[in-house]
Amino acid sequence: MLKVRLQQSHPIALDVELHCERGEILALVGPSGAGKSTVLRCIAGLHKAKHGQIRCAEQLWFDDKSKLDFTPQQRRIGMVFQHYALFPHLTVHDNIRLALTEQKDSKRKIDDLLEQVHLTGLEQRYPNQLSGGQQQRVAIARALAREPEVLLLDEPFSAVDKVTRRKLYLELNTLRRSLEMPIILVTHDLDEAAMLADSLCVIHNGKTLQQGPPDQVLHRPRNIEIARQVDVRNLLTAELIDVDGQLKLKWHDYVLTVDNTAQLTAGQRVHWTVSPAKVLLHQRVRPSRGEHENPVTGVIQELITLKGITTVLLRIENTNNEIIQMDVPEHVAMRNELTIGDKITASILSDAIHIMPD
Amino acid sequence: MDWQAFEVSIKLALLTSASLLPLGLGLAYLLANSRFVGREVLEAAITLPLVLPPTVLGYFLLVGLDSSSFFGGLFVSLTGHTLAFSFTGLWFASIIYSLPFAVQPMLRSMEAIEPEIREAAWCSGLSKWKTFFKIELPLAWPGIVTAMVLSFSHTLGEFGVVLMIGGNIAGETRTLSIAIYDSVLAFESAQAQSMSLILLAIAFVSITVVFLFNRSRSRVVSF
Repeated sequence: MLKVRLQQSHPIALDVELHCERGEILALVGPSGAGKSTVLRCIAGLHKAKHGQIRCAEQLWFDDKSKLDFTPQQRRIGMVFQHYALFPHLTVHDNIRLALTEQKDSKRKIDDLLEQVHLTGLEQRYPNQLSGGQQQRVAIARALAREPEVLLLDEPFSAVDKVTRRKLYLELNTLRRSLEMPIILVTHDLDEAAMLADSLCVIHNGKTLQQGPPDQVLHRPRNIEIARQVDVRNLLTAELIDVDGQLKLKWHDYVLTVDNTAQLTAGQRVHWTVSPAKVLLHQRVRPSRGEHENPVTGVIQELITLKGITTVLLRIENTNNEIIQMDVPEHVAMRNELTIGDKITASILSDAIHIMPD
Repeated sequence: MDWQAFEVSIKLALLTSASLLPLGLGLAYLLANSRFVGREVLEAAITLPLVLPPTVLGYFLLVGLDSSSFFGGLFVSLTGHTLAFSFTGLWFASIIYSLPFAVQPMLRSMEAIEPEIREAAWCSGLSKWKTFFKIELPLAWPGIVTAMVLSFSHTLGEFGVVLMIGGNIAGETRTLSIAIYDSVLAFESAQAQSMSLILLAIAFVSITVVFLFNRSRSRVVSF
């Protein structure tokens, strides 16, 4: 397990706390300049934070109090750089061989690593004779050659085209099952993070805001700042009211039932959000149960279809033109003949409403 | 043809470039990898011989190497020989005179190495020394070869500094370029011509070798 706690004010402000279990992928997400790469460099020993502690397994790598600071060579890390940083004058074979902890039996070890990253047969190529995807695989093989206790991936997919990226996602997903060390993935792509990681850590202006499973961080952010960072699509404000002893959400003229209202009080102004996938269309062709759950009526403002999902932008009636986004499968949108300007009704699932205090 | 002068010139050029290999590498590594107060001043001082008239440089070196000066006196007390008007003095002066020709190409090629490459080596477990010998040195190799060839050719052709500091002592400080000057003054144009052609050929071949070497490298290694 890797535990990181870092604080400093210069040259870039850091206030970081994160942990990553063995075999787990932790995605460090945040906008450019948020300090993601600096955190990774601190773990690798390439940057020294003013204060804090980095502990890997039972070994302390950095501790400002006891003035302990291991060099990158002393820390057993495998690092994949954003642009891979392969040694350009060495073949694939020699790039990997240099990182091996023991030269004994190196041929077999290199063959195994190349097989693991699907690069068998390219041993004698130079980095400039490889495609972007192949270079990334060499970089991963080189990082693994050191038998690292932590694998650090710094935006490893940013330098390849979209088609290759998709292929590499699948490969990493397969590869990780055979890896037992904590893996930290730095990315600014939330979809990438949600797809690959077991845990997300949101970082902004050098400060880690929330760490948790992707679903929790993306759909149940702890506060409005995190909600904005993870690009929550339905971010609205409302007031909590007491209706017959039960807390409900008063959103313009609507009174919405909410399942989870722990630690909240009536009269509070709150931000609330609901995942677009949890707003259910009342189908014209086949009415279903549950239509009484928080029904809202609106006019379709826009329809955007991407990869089989149609996003409906619904301008809700009597709400000062507030818009709610709703994701429906493309075939459902087609079967219901949804068109711009249509008036439709939908249900906002009460257990999907997430409330954040102001 | 003054073969003695030819021998002095080649010996001086070889010794100078051999001395500049570690010295130039050390200075280039320092300048490329560290930020310190006075870095610009150090780089300017190294580059100075490039723009200074050789006679001016020669004058200061002559004053500095004179047995009445601190450095010259120290050398006399240690070895019993004077530096001015000796081959050793000439060698020392050539090192200073050719320093920018060695440091600049080495520095440029070291600066061209992405910092990430160096960091990747450390993260792969390579010590700083191992990183230098296995990664930085091979990557900077074209710059190092250029530096060696340039300092060799430059030393071979130096005139003003040699005249100022070495004088014209046959077998000791009379180099090929001084011998050419002597021949012209003595109206021995055939001798002047053959020696000039030798220097021209050496310079041309060396520069061509540098270009060929750099081109063949860039086919394999591209940053």
